[in-house]
Amino acid sequence: MSIDKVWVLAESAEGVPTSITLELLTRARSMGAVTEAVAWGSGTAGLAGELGNYGATTVYDVGDIGDALPGVPVAGAMAELIVAGNRPDVILVPASYDGRDVAARLSVRLDAPVITNVVDVDSDGDSVSSQHGLFGGAQVATARFTGAHPWIFVVRAKSFTAEASGGAAPQVVAAPAPELGATNGAKVLARHAEERTGPKLDEADVVVSGGRGLGGAEHYAMIEELAKLLHGAAGASRAIVDAGWVPYSHQVGQTGKTVKPTLYVACGISGATQHLVGMKGSKNIIAINKDQDAPIFSVADLGIVGDVHKVLPKLIEALKAHG
Amino acid sequence: MNVVVCVKQIPDPAAPQALDPQTHTLVREGKLIMDDSDAYGVEMGLQLAEAAGGGEVTLVSMAPGGETSGLRTALAMGAAKAILVSDDALKGSDALSTAKVLAKAIARAEPDLVIAATESTDGYTGTTPVQVAELLGFPSVSFAKKVSVGDGRVHVERQTEAGYDEVDCPLPAVVTVTAGVVEPRYPSFKGIMAAKSKPVDQLTVADLGLDAAQVGAAGARQEVTAVTAADERKAGEIVVDEGDGYEHIVRFLEQLKLV
Ligand SMILES: Cc1cc2nc3c(=O)[nH]c(=O)nc-3n(C[C@H](O)[C@H](O)[C@H](O)COP(=O)(O)OP(=O)(O)OC[C@H]3O[C@@H](n4cnc5c(N)ncnc54)[C@H](O)[C@@H]3O)c2cc1C
Ligand SMILES: Nc1ncnc2c1ncn2[C@@H]1O[C@H](COP(=O)(O)O)[C@@H](O)[C@H]1O
Repeated sequence: MSIDKVWVLAESAEGVPTSITLELLTRARSMGAVTEAVAWGSGTAGLAGELGNYGATTVYDVGDIGDALPGVPVAGAMAELIVAGNRPDVILVPASYDGRDVAARLSVRLDAPVITNVVDVDSDGDSVSSQHGLFGGAQVATARFTGAHPWIFVVRAKSFTAEASGGAAPQVVAAPAPELGATNGAKVLARHAEERTGPKLDEADVVVSGGRGLGGAEHYAMIEELAKLLHGAAGASRAIVDAGWVPYSHQVGQTGKTVKPTLYVACGISGATQHLVGMKGSKNIIAINKDQDAPIFSVADLGIVGDVHKVLPKLIEALKAHG
Repeated sequence: MNVVVCVKQIPDPAAPQALDPQTHTLVREGKLIMDDSDAYGVEMGLQLAEAAGGGEVTLVSMAPGGETSGLRTALAMGAAKAILVSDDALKGSDALSTAKVLAKAIARAEPDLVIAATESTDGYTGTTPVQVAELLGFPSVSFAKKVSVGDGRVHVERQTEAGYDEVDCPLPAVVTVTAGVVEPRYPSFKGIMAAKSKPVDQLTVADLGLDAAQVGAAGARQEVTAVTAADERKAGEIVVDEGDGYEHIVRFLEQLKLV
């Protein structure tokens, strides 16, 4: 069973493909197979050029899904193509909210298993092996499918570096969702975007994150101030997102963003595996924690055993004086 | 209103976790506890059933060895009863096989609402609940951080990359909740005593009318060929703050030319 065709689930935000979409297209291309994308929304025509620029030769356009959540209609449209005989060998899906929904729905429609939390996929033309984290990323499992194609992999952000191929504009093929019935009942009534200033968390060159060690929501201002001084973005552990101190969009880790900045500063964060998996790819890591046995120190290039309430104000002061 | 809450019973995450060296599947032996991630679903289910002025919470779990200790914790919180699927044929199940089992068991409880966690602590595929929804022919809303029910519909605030979406969905439906949606209650002494006599219906794969070839390792149609330790970063310099900790940071930033 050779690997001849790979599909990438192409997500977009504000009219451009998301970074993970471009990362997956880049990897799909390197597998030596025909690379195709599946997109949805009313703006697919506008995205197609960029998808082609990263290697897609065909874009299947599910079209406008109205106020539905993408999982059901997009999986429905993909299953429809596949059942009609247009069968990819591999499907790469971003590990995002909607990506996981699409993969789950599609898996049942095709009765095909899914491998999730993937950080690498490789093909030798016939077989595909993937790597995924175990125990929150402490160990890495190499896995492969033993059943029929298509093989569905849900891949984490920043597993690959996106590189344009300079490919031509792809052909866009309409692939509308079939009749979906009750499963498509969920409707979005309103969308709320949280205000953020400065660089995006997953693109910033410096990320300063705070955890429960800050002691209270009011102290998060120190994290924001330090991030601003370093022209970076402010992040958080899940503990303080759950506690409602900061919006979810700040979360770094297994269920949050994966970041790989030049510098990551962890303040009052213990370093649970689920947090580490989202930031240990950073080039440099500074940790401030009052517990010298905190696991975060095992990944830190510079660890300060100390109280954030003492270290951070002085640091902020010094950086301000620095100009 | 009938609420079903999925409760995964897992080895204590605080204890070292192990893989079977032959099959590379997670070793799930000894006493299992309720996955902390599901405590939020149980609490949410109890609150919604109370708010609906009637109805009850039924727990559904798939676990080896007839394990019920995690279910007893959730029963002690206030759930009325539980369905446990336990069968040697389920060893090595992946998310899809698990979903097939859970969907069959859940259907027996004739739910209006099914609640699960967005992802489990030990497996964290995050796909099982939505697979259950597709198998049951239900709509689903994943990543709920706020949930209310009324007029035969569920209203959800769903996390998104940018913030959150307000989503409305007719029942029956599957909703996955994030940690932090509600504050799980601690079981009371009375609750713990009552839980001992609450019904736990134990079923096998055959009871559910499933084919053993569809589930377990056979249904997973995947294999783990190797497991290695993740690349370790080397720990660097550790400095105890004596009032000058910030100076070390400033020097580090200067080296990186960030200041
Ligand atoms: C399925 C699943 C998914 C998860 N996903 C994520 C995820 O995406 N991201 C994530 O972050 N977590 C995630 N978690 C949670 C994770 O396991 C931890 O619970 C969480 O990261 C802990 O956050 P924390 O470090 O802020 O809090 P804690 O673990 O409570 O650590 C607080 C730290 O602050 C230190 N401290 C206290 N006071 C001070 C002080 N004054 N000065 C300096 N240091 C101080 C303490 O020594 C301690 O090390 C997930 C968990 C599960 C089960
Ligand atoms: N064996 C199981 N028994 C009961 N519920 C489960 C089981 N496996 C998964 N679930 C539910 O599905 C959620 C997501 O699981 P996972 O797909 O493993 O991340 C869990 O948090 C549970 O709510």
